[in-house]
Parts: sequence; C-alpha cells; structure tokens
Amino acid sequence: MTSEELLQIAESVNAEHEKFDYEVNVCMGTGCMSQHSAKLREALTKEAAASGKRCHVRQTGCMGLCAAGPLVLVEPTETLYGSVHESDAPELILSLGEPPVERLRAHLEDYFHGQQHIVLENSGHIDPEKIDEYIGRDGYAALVKALTEMTPQAVIEQISKSGLRGRGGGGYPTGLKWGTVAKAFGAQKYVICNGDEGDPGAFMDRSVLESDPQRVIEGMAIAAYAVGASKGYVYVRAEYPLAVNRLTVSLREARRRGMLGNNICGTQFAFDIEIRLGAGAFVCGEETALIASIEGLRGQPRPRPPYPAVSGLWGAPTLINNVETFANIAPILRKGAEWYAGIGTEKSKGTKVFALTGKITNTGLVEIPMGMTLREMIFGIGGGVPDGRKFKAVQTGGPSGGCIPEEHLDLAVSYEALISVGSMMGSGGMIVMDDTSCMVNVARFFMEFCMTESCGKCIPCRVGTAQMFDLLTKICDGKASYADLDLLIDLCDVVKNTSLCGLGMTAPNPVLSTLRYFKHEYIEHIENKRCPAGVCACGSGVATEVEVTA
Amino acid sequence: MPAYPMPALPSDDKRWKIVNGTMRRHGYTRSALIETLHTVQSSFGFLDDDAIRFVSKSLHVPLSQAYGVVTFYNHFSLKPAGKHTCTICTGTACYIKGADKLLATATKMLKIKSGETTPDGNISLMTARCVGACGRAPVILEDGELVGLVETATMVDQLERWALHD
Repeated sequence: MTSEELLQIAESVNAEHEKFDYEVNVCMGTGCMSQHSAKLREALTKEAAASGKRCHVRQTGCMGLCAAGPLVLVEPTETLYGSVHESDAPELILSLGEPPVERLRAHLEDYFHGQQHIVLENSGHIDPEKIDEYIGRDGYAALVKALTEMTPQAVIEQISKSGLRGRGGGGYPTGLKWGTVAKAFGAQKYVICNGDEGDPGAFMDRSVLESDPQRVIEGMAIAAYAVGASKGYVYVRAEYPLAVNRLTVSLREARRRGMLGNNICGTQFAFDIEIRLGAGAFVCGEETALIASIEGLRGQPRPRPPYPAVSGLWGAPTLINNVETFANIAPILRKGAEWYAGIGTEKSKGTKVFALTGKITNTGLVEIPMGMTLREMIFGIGGGVPDGRKFKAVQTGGPSGGCIPEEHLDLAVSYEALISVGSMMGSGGMIVMDDTSCMVNVARFFMEFCMTESCGKCIPCRVGTAQMFDLLTKICDGKASYADLDLLIDLCDVVKNTSLCGLGMTAPNPVLSTLRYFKHEYIEHIENKRCPAGVCACGSGVATEVEVTA
Repeated sequence: MPAYPMPALPSDDKRWKIVNGTMRRHGYTRSALIETLHTVQSSFGFLDDDAIRFVSKSLHVPLSQAYGVVTFYNHFSLKPAGKHTCTICTGTACYIKGADKLLATATKMLKIKSGETTPDGNISLMTARCVGACGRAPVILEDGELVGLVETATMVDQLERWALHD
C-alpha cells in the first residue's frame, strides 16, 4: 500500500457516496442498540429501498448522546433525530429533500457547542466495520506517512512534541514512554492496548472501539513501528461483546488491506494484533496485572521497577497505552505535533473524552479540549441537573478518584488541576450527583468496590479496604463514634502509602476527598445518627424530629 | 502437538472439540489458559471439575493454578446458570440512579442472593461491575439483552413473566 493507492481507495469510497443524495446514519452503539436501533436500521433500509430516493442507510458508531437514543443523523443536511422508533421510519425517509420531521428532531446545540472532536472525529460518521470508509476520512494516511517518510525516532519526536499524555489516567508523557521502549534492549518487543476499562461509570474506550476501531489499530501499528515491536495485543473486557466483535472484524479488514501482517506498505515492517479477553477483574487495568493476565495467569500486579517498558510481557520490553491514547496518534502525525500542542492547557495538551453520567440531563460521551471548566461541561454541555434538583458533587477518576464540590466547579480540567482538588483525571468517567446522594454512602460504595476487586496479593489493600469498608458501614448505620472516624483516617494513610499497586494506593481517595469537602455529613452520621440525604440505613426521619424539637 | 501425552476428551460431546481447537490455535502454550477457559465458559455456560482438569492437563498447567485462575476472575462460573439470567449493573452511574434498590427488590422477590440461582433452576440473579452503558443507567441485562432506564416495576414484571413460563 502506498499513499497513492490509499488515495485511490479514498476516492472510490467518496465516489460511491456521491451516488447518493442523502446519507442516513443510524447509531449502532451499545446505548442505542439497547433501544432497538438495529430494528430501526432495518426499517429505514426497507423504506429507503421502497421510496426510490437515492439514499444510503448506514450503521455508525456512537454519536455521543446516549440519553436521546436511538439517534439518526441525516447528511448532508446534518439533521439529528433522537428517540426514533422503527415506526417513524417511513416519515423520516419521506422527509428527505423536504423540511425535517420537527417532532423527532433532537435540539442539541448546547450539547455539541464547545466540544472538539479529535478522537471521536469519525464516530457517528463511518461504518465501523468498513475499513474503506475509515480510509475515506484520511484513515491510515498517518501510518503510510510514518512508514515511508519518517524514521522511528522522528515519530517518537513528533509524539513527544505534541505533549500527548497517557489517557488511562496516570498522565505519563506518551513520547517519553515510547522512547524508553524504543531504547530498551530486546529482539522481541510488544505493544499492548489497554482496553480493560474497569472504571465503573466510564465507557469512552468501549465507544471508541465500537465506533472507530481502525483508528486504534492504526495508532498501535504506528507505535509498533516507533518502538520496534512486531506483535500487539488488545486487551478488552469480555463485558463489551459489541466492541470485541467490531474489533475482530476490523482486524480482519486491516489484514485484508495489508495494514497488518508482513511487509506493510511494501516496507520491511511487520506487525499483527491479537485480541485478549479480560475476564472480569478490575485490577487487570493495572499494567503489570494486565500483562500477567495475557500470560494466562491470575491478574496480580508485581512491584515496579522493572517497568514493562524494560521487562513486560514474557520479560520483553512492552509498550502499554490506553485505547484513547492510541486513538490520538494518527491525527497527531497527520496534522502535526504543533497543531495538537496548540490545543489545551500548558501541561495538558489536546482533548479528553469524558463519559458524562449520573444526575445530569444530557448523559453521554463528550470530547472537550483540556482547560474547559467543569461548570461549562456540566451546566453547558451536560445541561445541568434535572428535576429541579441541586448539584452536589461531581466524581471523577472512578474508584481511584474523588468527589469535587460546587466551589471548585470553575476549575479548568487538566491532570494537575484535578489532582490539586483531591481527585484525578482517571480514564474519563464523570458522574454527577445531586442532593439525593449521601457522600458517606458514595465513599462506602467505592470502598466496597475496591474491597471486592482487591487481588489479595498485598496486605494493606486486602485487609485495609475490608476494614475501611466496615468502618464506613458503621458510620452509614449510625453506629460509629469519633474514634472510628480517626481510625478510618489513619487507615487511609496506611493503605495509601504501603499498597503494592495503584488500586490500593488510590483506594482511600474517595474517602479522603469526601472527608475534605463533606466532613459535615460524616459528623452528622456520627453525632446525630442521621443521614442528611436519607440514603443510609440510619435514616433521616428520626433526627429531623430532634431538630424540630431542638 | 506438545511432547507430553494428551488427555482424552472428557466425553464425546462435540463442544470439547471446540475447546481443543482453541488450545491448538494457541499451540497448546500455557498462556492459552484464560482463552481456553473463555471457550469452555461460552460453550458450556460454566466450568465444572472435568473441564478444569481437562484444560489443565492439556496445557500442562498445574491444576491448582488453573483452579486459581478460574476462581480469580469474576467472568468464570463454577455452577451452571439458571434458564434465565437477570444481571443488575452496579456501576457508579447505576448506583447513583438507584441500582441498589433494584437489587434489593430482586433479592427479596426471588429469595436468593446475587450470584445464586432459584432452587428450581429457573432464574439466576447476577450483578455486573459495569457494562459501560452508563448513559442509560440504571441498566440490567435480561438474558444478556441490555435494557436501559429500568424502573423497579418493569424489572419485577419481567421476573414474574419468567417465573410463570418455566
């Protein structure tokens, strides 16, 4: 494959599209599929054929706003319809070339305003199972460019210059990691894509893999070229069957087009990718545990160093990056490091995909440039808290992160800023809570998660999380004393500082951050044995009477 | 083929051939353990003693290690599931939207805990860590089919329908 051949494919795909006056894109992401978008697509295809109009019905990946699914996007008019039922198909097809069907239109100007799509640029526009459609939108141009015009060092230099940092949560500079693996000594090297999105409340990686899998494959191939690897693995959760299917199809397609295999683009470069299924263990998101799992072992982490960059899969130098990190690679090489570095804040470059969920009007996937404030995200794009409720906190970083209260909403999103308020970027889950959530209960929820997901290898995490969970339960039940709270705080310190891996080290974060901003709720549970939000077992009723009499 | 003697297939059930196929594709390497267990789980629905012994012998993995892997990962189950499965997602978004109430209702109604099957083998109640459909929270899986924005009443209806048509 040369860049000329690539252009030819792109041209023939685009010529194919020009045969149609209209393109009707139906979202076939997990969210919309659960609302029968497959049936809707069938109905639309049938209607389109019967109508005699020159229109093409296409399955696409996630369009973002899962709350208003199933979504249908009509091009070239860019009309977006929401909550479309299969019975609406005739009306929708009939309206092509006429004014749009007003009653079905989704008015989401606020939602899309302020978003900047780099990772999601193809999501909702291409059929994820067709490689040619990806090529039609500049796909694989970056890989061909890297292989034919750039040295591996030049690729790494570009990535370093772009300022891209790991999107899995840690925020380690990607270029630096690639450089370490490239310099590491070893005949065999591996590239691993971490798609073990165990963070409850986060689904960015799932969406990217479902909507634009070729982008991840291209990113991995470029990485393999840069570090000198010949074999790659994508580790995906078994809970994401659709993502696994699309990825399997896409790998086959990529091999067919010669983007994977031997002599890629007529060069000496050889690279292929295999899928490895996760089996339901949160700790496998930790890189050394993930490697153990690919090796067929229990997913237990090991102490670092040596880092996987030096000694990873089967002892070979291994590059591990998150799905979203790989998804950023191709655009950086295509449009240049300077372009990418121009987006975002001083230390956090580019965009970040977030999964906005919880008590928020527009739940779904958003991609924003770094540096946007939380307020803009939640009240602008997200449309605020529904049902007239009051915003209480936003949780980022999953079980390793923290809850951010209203006073910090004007914080500009970046790796450093989120850490400074006691949370972290994490993989991008953003869960909004209103005044019906009890923050002690939230802390208990995350602690239960960490307790059950602890792999059991190191004692601070295995025993500490269980002890902290018991203490939090005691507080929630209204049976705790101040001594228990002190013990809890002590334990947080011990577990944080003595655990083996990230899971244990960050397990106390939800407790620490809620203690920092919502200590009065803990005190209310201990002092008055009541739960202000009325969630916990101790209830809110009895104490309210006390308040009245007092 | 590996140098050590291969165990005989546990029975003439054709599904063992599929399991064997997975191991062959991976060259009977030990690292194929999890992939093979996935195949057993998806073809048989659970992993029994025979299956774990067969896989561990075929791949030359100590039985203790194979058993350790099976019990480490949530995805693998040692018991067969019921005819119907109701999986309640307990991810953060679902929790905020009241998944705990769904779970409490289902537990009370079916008189079983999560991870168990009703005595008549009809309905299994499961919890999932997060199925990644947080935009539709709270979410449950009815026989693997994803249902979003679940209300207690609709879930109860479904469970009753299953209970009646066994």
